[in-house]
Amino acid sequence: MFQVRIHGRGGQGVVSAAEMLSVAAFDEGRHAQAFPSFGSERMGAPVMAFCRIDDREIRLREPVMNPDALIIQDPTLLHQVDLFSGLPDTGYVLINSSRSFAELGLADFVRPFPPGHVCTVAASELALAHVGRPLPNAALLGAFAAMTGQLGIESVALAIRGRFPGRTGEANVAAARAAHDSVRSRAAEATHA
Amino acid sequence: MLKQTEGSRAIAEAVALCRPEVICAYPITPQTHIVEGLGEMVKSGALAGCEFINVESEFAALSVAIGASAAGARSYTATASQGILFMAEAVYNAAGLGLPIVMTIGNRAIGAPINIWNDHSDSMALRDAGWIQLYAETNQEAADLHIQAFRLAEELSCPVMVCVDGFILTHAYERIDIPTQAQVDAYLPPFEPVQILDVDDPVSIGAMVGPEAFFEVRYLQHHKQERALALIPQLAAEFAEQFGRAAGGLLRTYRTEDAETIVVVLGSLNGTVKDVVDAMRDNGARIGVLTLCSFRPFPLDAVRAALKHAKRVVVLEKSLAVGLGGMVSDGVRKALSGIVLAGHTVIAGLGGRTITRASLTDLFERAQRGELAQLEFLDLNRDVVDREIARLAARRRAGPTAEAILRGLGTVASSVG
Repeated sequence: MFQVRIHGRGGQGVVSAAEMLSVAAFDEGRHAQAFPSFGSERMGAPVMAFCRIDDREIRLREPVMNPDALIIQDPTLLHQVDLFSGLPDTGYVLINSSRSFAELGLADFVRPFPPGHVCTVAASELALAHVGRPLPNAALLGAFAAMTGQLGIESVALAIRGRFPGRTGEANVAAARAAHDSVRSRAAEATHA
Repeated sequence: MLKQTEGSRAIAEAVALCRPEVICAYPITPQTHIVEGLGEMVKSGALAGCEFINVESEFAALSVAIGASAAGARSYTATASQGILFMAEAVYNAAGLGLPIVMTIGNRAIGAPINIWNDHSDSMALRDAGWIQLYAETNQEAADLHIQAFRLAEELSCPVMVCVDGFILTHAYERIDIPTQAQVDAYLPPFEPVQILDVDDPVSIGAMVGPEAFFEVRYLQHHKQERALALIPQLAAEFAEQFGRAAGGLLRTYRTEDAETIVVVLGSLNGTVKDVVDAMRDNGARIGVLTLCSFRPFPLDAVRAALKHAKRVVVLEKSLAVGLGGMVSDGVRKALSGIVLAGHTVIAGLGGRTITRASLTDLFERAQRGELAQLEFLDLNRDVVDREIARLAARRRAGPTAEAILRGLGTVASSVG
């Protein structure tokens, strides 16, 4: 079972991201479960959502306490929420930021993680460029697919189109592809370096 | 069709396939997505032949359903928490009049203190109102139970509540198989009311009944529930045959054949409990699960048969009978009358408190070692309780308890569990 925890703020599409992730996994023939952190969500308040992916029926209903991957949609939460709770240093960390981990003050924290397991991507900027609104969730799903290899970008694109029909969907797919390619190319550079 | 969708959406689609003719609802978290989904289907024409009535309160929602059902329409509503309390009088009326309304409960705690999260306090508060109560383990079962519920309600002319854990199920995206219209039509015949308000053949429904007949009318409600004990398994078996998957029934057992310890659970908590049981079985523990689907009628004989060879029974309950302990345990103890075994009531998950594998594992291991008290409170923060008791004792005008505890805890948004 692969478990994902997504942190963000109300209004950033955190719950939708977990749901789309589960739809993408379903489209690949896998079992998936997505659910929110059950808060009385409001704009700007810290929000969590979870997604589990497995090859068999998922019965477990507890929140994701020990994630295999963390997606952090808003880096300002670093100072407010215990984001890394339960994450082993074999896991994955994806942060929506144009800054590096060193610039975010996380250089020491991410040092034990395997290469390619930690990544920052400027998802809000990509969303602004492609969608016209700084909603980072679709772009982050593209980056997640590239970083973890848990999903193909085509299933992510399908799930995004299912949620946002028409032009909004295509624009979000473009943002996801851009984030996906950005993570891929950086991974390739790191391999050659 | 197999799809990845939200529990609420799947329930709405299953209800729509049952061809309801009147849906009346008032939104309340966490039930809202269900009735929103149905409202959209009525507006778009996807659900034809159905009137969606927006009402001003839950009392009105069920009262309109009562009127519609008495006029011969297949009627549906949904609510949760304070909503079911607000309609309590109508809940009794629907059952007393014998009207086969189906109502979804998106299970949620009851205030005060106000709380939108999941537990079973709401449906449990109305457990003796004369409705049949079925509890769903998964979203697949939640969808399937609604199809069975209309058939059950109409065959008995008795209202049915389908209880679905709020947020944990209603807001979860899962793989759910939504049946076809033809499948549901083959299972659920058109509604043939046993009583109908018809100007061409007038009757009165809802007469005042004195001591000469009230007792008999009330007894006949009990008689219906006794008939349901036979009908529920029969309808579940027919469902399994026609839809190719099991759902519903009075109860189900999981790995109980040689179990010394059996855990009794209602609703979505079964999944986590089964994962814990599998892990403990791998380590040699003889432990199993009894999943109670029908809480009203309470299947005394079936529970007795399932539990009688166990050495101990742990009843996990998401509601607290304040001043007593557990409501499910009451039925379980009655079922086990005359059988000597260790019985434990464990109150868990009130107001959405997370129930983890770690806590359950520790609980069941303590049960096996004979360390559980008769009444336990899973993951109750004793420090917080003791501090508050001391604070209240220190000064007469101590002020409100909930607010004092929140002040003491500080920000809680920062923790995961």
